[in-house]
Amino acid sequence: MKRLPAFPTLVVIAASLYFLVPLYATFDFSLRMERGVLSFAAYRDVFQSDTFISTLSFSAVASLVAILLGALIVVPTAYWVRLKLPRLRPLVEFLTLLPLIIPPVVLVFGYMRIYGNNSFLPLTTTDPGTNVLLVIGYTVLSLPYMFRAVDNGMAAIDIATLTEAAESLGASRFDIIRRVIFPNVRSAIMSGAFLTFSISLGEFVMASLLNRPAFGPYLVQMGQDYAYQPAALAIMAFAVTWASMALMQIFATRKPGQRFLPRLPRLSTFAPRSARP
Amino acid sequence: MTDMQATDETGAFAGKNPARQFLEGLGWNWLGLVPFLAFVALFLVVPVLYLVNGAFQNAEGQYTLENIIALGSDNIVASYSLSIRLSLVSAALGAVTGLLVAWAVILGGLPGWVRHAFTTFSGVASNFAGVPLAFAFIATLGRLGLVTLIFRDVFGINIYAAGFNLFSFWGLALTYLYFQLPLMLLVVTPALEGLKGEWREAAESLGASRAQYWRRVALPVLTPSVLGCFLLLFANAFGTLATVIALTGSSYSVVPIMLYNQIRGNVLYNPNLGYALALGMVVIMAVTNVLYLILRSRAERWQK
Repeated sequence: MKRLPAFPTLVVIAASLYFLVPLYATFDFSLRMERGVLSFAAYRDVFQSDTFISTLSFSAVASLVAILLGALIVVPTAYWVRLKLPRLRPLVEFLTLLPLIIPPVVLVFGYMRIYGNNSFLPLTTTDPGTNVLLVIGYTVLSLPYMFRAVDNGMAAIDIATLTEAAESLGASRFDIIRRVIFPNVRSAIMSGAFLTFSISLGEFVMASLLNRPAFGPYLVQMGQDYAYQPAALAIMAFAVTWASMALMQIFATRKPGQRFLPRLPRLSTFAPRSARP
Repeated sequence: MTDMQATDETGAFAGKNPARQFLEGLGWNWLGLVPFLAFVALFLVVPVLYLVNGAFQNAEGQYTLENIIALGSDNIVASYSLSIRLSLVSAALGAVTGLLVAWAVILGGLPGWVRHAFTTFSGVASNFAGVPLAFAFIATLGRLGLVTLIFRDVFGINIYAAGFNLFSFWGLALTYLYFQLPLMLLVVTPALEGLKGEWREAAESLGASRAQYWRRVALPVLTPSVLGCFLLLFANAFGTLATVIALTGSSYSVVPIMLYNQIRGNVLYNPNLGYALALGMVVIMAVTNVLYLILRSRAERWQK
């Protein structure tokens, strides 16, 4: 066997320790709620809490709606810029990157001032209005990732030819976007969507300042009130982040129209094609 | 896009001003961008401009510089100074360790799966920020954290008595490192990959030692990238709020926390001063990011 180079090996071991020890420590801590034994009591406790379920579902729904809204805004825009307005591309790209420069706390401060009382659009005066504002905020936060993912997706397909083909068959603009472009960038949208999901699910600042019953503020409250449950929540959050990133990667590297799982050649002899739904 | 091309597409426009030419070249196609531009204007540009405008007004709506001058008051200067120092330290730590790890896994001659594992893990860890990260570090290095207890029981060292405190400047810097190091690894990878083998061979054939190659060839080529990544890490740390709140509560007054408290009305309430605080944050973030983009475009010259 080849000898490993000493210094790089040392660096890698040190880095691995720095990354893995907190995860192990958190997991270990999360199992120690009951004195003297290791148990999943902290997890059980978390899952039995109504607030956990309600805040998590609130944030999950908010994230999903934000993803949907993001796709509805980004896909037609990216398509139109590529097809008709390549000259405005730097402007659009710049605007989509702005959320990386504006901290969320500043953005939400602006929202509260502009869409508060005495506003032309008083969103924060009602609960549904504030929810809408939160979703919009998450959509804005996800713009940089969503636009880049979808734009890369469009670079991979020949949208000019697809558009011409659809037009020559009599499709309207709306039909082209809905039935030709959307399906072709579906995996790009999904890859942006999972990143958006992992960002907004536990988002704290906007939800807290808009006073929404979301998962982020719930996490902070748990951290103030309990010792073991937060560790359990951290492990679950890490698992969700990991899953989101893995799914994002899978969708980002998928070609348009490719199957989700590679077809297993031998399996098909056992399950004939006609038997598949 | 040059004027030449614009003229070709839109016919002869000799003598008209370029802006007019540009607009006429767009025809009615710009209408397709209206939904996007309206969304961005309403929920990104106007809210920020409103704050910027408010930073230069007093409560009666008259234009004044008193909010900007008030930024010079002791507690606000202290807050900006704390934020900037914390972001600098955290970015420096992240940049140095991240570069070292990236070098080890890419150029260190280790098996390919090590690099793959680190890249994958970095994608996750760079997004594992916020509240859960704080919880993980409390379970590790808090007063009853696993590592704290191991130091106490196995080595007989009480790290808290020795001066360490997770809920302090260095504790925060160490916690930030958990997302800064992976981010550095991810963004500096293209630069390290861009170091061509030919350069090393050329240097060696001219009699350069390993150290000379690094000092005279590799590091000068890497410098713009590394500085750019450092700025990106700085901005990343500067905007961090949730991790700080979950770790130290809302009393640790970095700028985002101060603004957060100001918005919640937990401190002396003066919205216009709040606008000025926000303006300061945006300016710092904007300058950092613009410098990052400039350095990145310089760095990309070597990556073709």
